[in-house]
Order: sequence, then structure tokens, then C-alpha cells
Amino acid sequence: MNKFKGIAHKFGDNIDTDLIIPARYLNTHEWEELAQHVMEDADKTFVKRFKKGGFIVGGENFGCGSSREHAPIAIKAAGVSAVIAKSFARIFYRNAINIGLPILESPEAVDKIKEGQEIEVDLATGTIYDLTSDKFYKAQPFPEFMQKIIAAGGLINYLKNR
Amino acid sequence: MSQTITQKILAKHCGKKEVSPGELINCRIDLCLGNDITAPPAIKEFEKIGVKKVFDKKKIYLVPDHFTPAKDIKSAMQVKMMKDFAKKYGIVNFFEIGCMGVEHALLPEMGAIKPGYLVIGADSHTCTYGALGAFSTGVGSTDLAAAMATGEVWLKVPEQLKFIFTGKLPKWVEAKDLILYTIGKIGVDGARYMSMEFTGPVIDRLSIEGRMTMANMAIEAGGKNGIFAPDKKVVEYLKRHAATCRGMTLTASDPDAEYKEIYEWNISGIEPQVSFPHLPSNTKPVSKCKSVKIDQSVIGSCTNGRIEDLRVAAKVLKGRQRHKDVRLLIIPATQNIYEQAMKEGLFNIFLKAGAAISTPTCGPCLGGHMGILARGERAIATTNRNFVGRMGHPESEVYLSNVAVAAASAVAGRIVSPEDL
Ligand code: SF4
Repeated sequence: MNKFKGIAHKFGDNIDTDLIIPARYLNTHEWEELAQHVMEDADKTFVKRFKKGGFIVGGENFGCGSSREHAPIAIKAAGVSAVIAKSFARIFYRNAINIGLPILESPEAVDKIKEGQEIEVDLATGTIYDLTSDKFYKAQPFPEFMQKIIAAGGLINYLKNR
Repeated sequence: MSQTITQKILAKHCGKKEVSPGELINCRIDLCLGNDITAPPAIKEFEKIGVKKVFDKKKIYLVPDHFTPAKDIKSAMQVKMMKDFAKKYGIVNFFEIGCMGVEHALLPEMGAIKPGYLVIGADSHTCTYGALGAFSTGVGSTDLAAAMATGEVWLKVPEQLKFIFTGKLPKWVEAKDLILYTIGKIGVDGARYMSMEFTGPVIDRLSIEGRMTMANMAIEAGGKNGIFAPDKKVVEYLKRHAATCRGMTLTASDPDAEYKEIYEWNISGIEPQVSFPHLPSNTKPVSKCKSVKIDQSVIGSCTNGRIEDLRVAAKVLKGRQRHKDVRLLIIPATQNIYEQAMKEGLFNIFLKAGAAISTPTCGPCLGGHMGILARGERAIATTNRNFVGRMGHPESEVYLSNVAVAAASAVAGRIVSPEDL
């Protein structure tokens, strides 16, 4: 299953890891518990409004700040299909790949997609389809090495296979 | 091809003569580390890999520092998990309270970091060790798990930025101000994915501690690492910290190495900098902050919790008292620093000033414990992040500054320079 359909939830630039999962919840690493607080300090209503399968759409430098893997984990555990942003902070970027959270870089898609719109993402081709305005956007493809990690389902599985 | 110091270290650790920006490489590591937030998920992942032992029992550092002394049952469980893991696999370098410290102050102090090393840590401020001429960068827990098993990490060779500082440091301007100034200029993503190399006459005169403060905050500009060419001061630092210097090579960037951008700033005229909420890049000179009242001042963290910092705090606080509405928290970053400060009589000054002195911990820096802000409260802190909710309630505020300003502000009750006391 490489295609996902869901609602887009928009956020601004520099969404840092404290906004994604505040440190006050980091005395645990249980996925379910983290998911209950995802994006809490950016938008208190997010967890309530969010329907599994939806997308987070961010601006520049998404995931900046700490190295906490709890950030992509909380997003994944909440049922977010993928994060689309103009750019990602580097540790978040590698964490997302390592745990198998799909991320896509597409400044154009971020500019055009509006809050609450339904979109469809095809990870195999890296295309983002905006159902409301019937438009396609193309994301930057991953280097081959990273594609292998993603295909294996994350770094740990990739290592196990090696 | 001409190489920067970062490229040289990376090339050496992946067995190549040279590497170019953008290249994906698999590197051997000299050290890896994790803390009480990031190690537990790494341990879980490590167990899934199915290896029977760690790659090297002496090269893994586990430092519970964030929520320690354990602030609640859950945090205690996380530390216990690290301790059990260290025992099970014979990991030597596990540091509990009593011999611990904030990880990035502790490792250099123990002489664990050497020039030319390649270090990864499951903590974003691992970039601190660039001050000693090492390549060090923050990664996630899964990376740490993989590194503990294989002794390797995949990296993308970063592009290089160079920052040249000329002029003379004005009074009360510290290394912290140089890095806040830099982030203010280039923004929180100005060095995203890139390496930041710091150089120039001002840098040559900076202490290793000051360089650590700067390298520490490279991540706040999005940088992959911050680095300083190792010089005599590094050798002296290592000797002081009981590390052998044998076999150490002091490399520098080739004079004609390529940089994506070179910034050159004369800093003779700058003032201490203050980062306003909620980004480290929202900097203003301290003279523009006078109306900002504060409820708390925090002096400590991996950025500014070293002995040098405590001496500056003592210089400002000597014979003075905190403002009656301000809580003043001073947190020596390691047990050794704590002891040294006590020996030097700094604690008497702090206690007379009305400060609370804490055992080493990250504590309030990440809003963990030991000084959390209520709704609407404001703190000035020598820490490195002022994101929303970083020190407590999502509607509280954190202002970042150097040590002298944080100490002076505790006395004045609002953000001021020591000049204004
Ligand atoms: S002192 Fe603050 S920034 Fe440094 S390691 Fe601890 S929580 Fe992180």
C-alpha cells in the first residue's frame, strides 16, 4: 500500500520538536501515549480533530530542534500517513526515514494546499494529488540508499536483512 | 581536492581520500552516546536487531541527565532501563547521579573527546564537541541503536559554511553572544544540513569552554556540526582533563577549501545579545530589552553551565541580591564543576545573592523539572532554546542570553546588562 488519501492539516514554518511533542511527555517512550499529545503546543485541538490517515503539511525547517525520535514516532503513532513540508530539519529527516515515517519535500504543494483539503499521496512516485483543485505536485525523490531503508521498513529492518 | 576539516574527518572515517558535499557515506564512529530520553527507545530497537553484543563496550556513553535525579516513576524506569542495559552488555561508561553531569559538559571534561574523532549522539547538542576539533552530530534513537550494534553510521557529507570573527570582544560580551549574533544573522535554518566552521582572531583567543558554547548552538541554526580547527588550547585542555594526546593529529582546513558561504564579522561594536521568544534567531542587543520583566533566571545547561560561566555569574552577583520577585537557579553542569565552584567559594556568593543551587541536571532547560514556569511567566536563561513551552507552560516565555546578563537580570528583575546595575 503506497497510496494514501486523507485530510491536510496545515502548520507554519519552523515547527520545532517541542511543538510536535513537548518535553514534559518524554518521560515515556510508549508510542500510544506519545500519540495522544502530538502537535499539542502548536494546536491544542489537533489530536481531537485529526482523523487517522490524514496529513501534516508544514512550511520550512519542519522538525527543527531536538533529536528526539519521539517526534516522528508521535506523528506516526497518531496515524498520520505522511508529512509534507517545504523543507525538513536534518535530524528529523533522518529519524523519519529510520523509523519509516513517509516525508515529502514539495514547496509548491505546501503553498497550494489549503487547510482541510483532501489530498492523495503516492509514495512510489512521490506525487501529491490535490482532489479539490485536481492538481498534481511532485516531491523531491529520495536518494537510492534512503529508498532502500524505507523499503525495508526502517533502519533496523534494513540492518537485519544485511 | 582541497578539503575542509569536516570533510577530512569524514573521509578518514569512511576509508576514502576525500569526500564531496552531498555524498552519502557509511562511517566508523569513535564514540556514541545517549541520554535518559533517547537511550530507552534505542535500547528497544537494539534488542530487535538480534546481535549478541555491542560493537565496543568502552565507546558507548550512557548519561541519564534530563529528568535526573529521577523526577517521577516513569523517569526512574527509563534510567533503570539504561542501567540494566549497561550491565547486561558490560558497557563501562554509564554515569548515575553522584558522578554524572549534563552529557555535553561531562564527556569533554572526562577527556573522552579528541580532535579528529567522529562522534554521534542521540541528542541534538552533540555538536558541542566540535570545540575540540571533532566531528560530532546529533542523531535519533534508531541511529544510536544501529551504531551500538555496528559501530557505524550513515551520513550525508554536508556543505560548508565559514564564519570569521574579527575585532575584540567588548566588555560583558561572551562566546554565547557570538553564536546568538550568528543565529540572529542567518536564521534558525541558515545552516540547515551544513557544517559551520568558526575561525578568526576572536576565536583564536576564545577558551575551549567558550568554543563549546558556540559549537553547542550550531544546531540552533540548523547546522549538522560546528567545528573549530584544534590548536594548542585543545592540547592544553586535554592535558588538564587527564587525556593522553598521543597519536593525535591536529588538522585544519586547507586554505583553498571550498565553502558555500563565508561570513566575516567585526564584533568590536556588538552588545550582549538576547533571543526573544520563541526562536533563538529573534535576537536583540541587551540595551533594547529594558522593559522585559522576568520571574526566573536560569544559569546552567550544556551551553553555559561550566566553571568559566559560574565565575562570570559570581563576578556579577558578588555583594548583590536577586530581585525579590525573581527566582534565581544556578545549575553547575557536572559534579566536578560543582565541586570546583564550591572550592572557589562561588557558592557563598550565590547563596548570599539568594540563588538556589541545584545538583547537575538538564532540569528546567527542557521544561523537565527543577524550575518549571507557570502560565504567563518569563525566564531569562543561559540555555539554548526558547521554543514555545520549552521551560514549562505553553504560555510562558524564555529569553536566551549570556551568563552576565542572566545574572544581572536576576538582580534587576528585568533584562539588563551588568553595566546597568
Ligand atoms: S542542558 Fe538542555 S540542551 Fe543541554 S542536553 Fe540538557 S536538555 Fe539538552
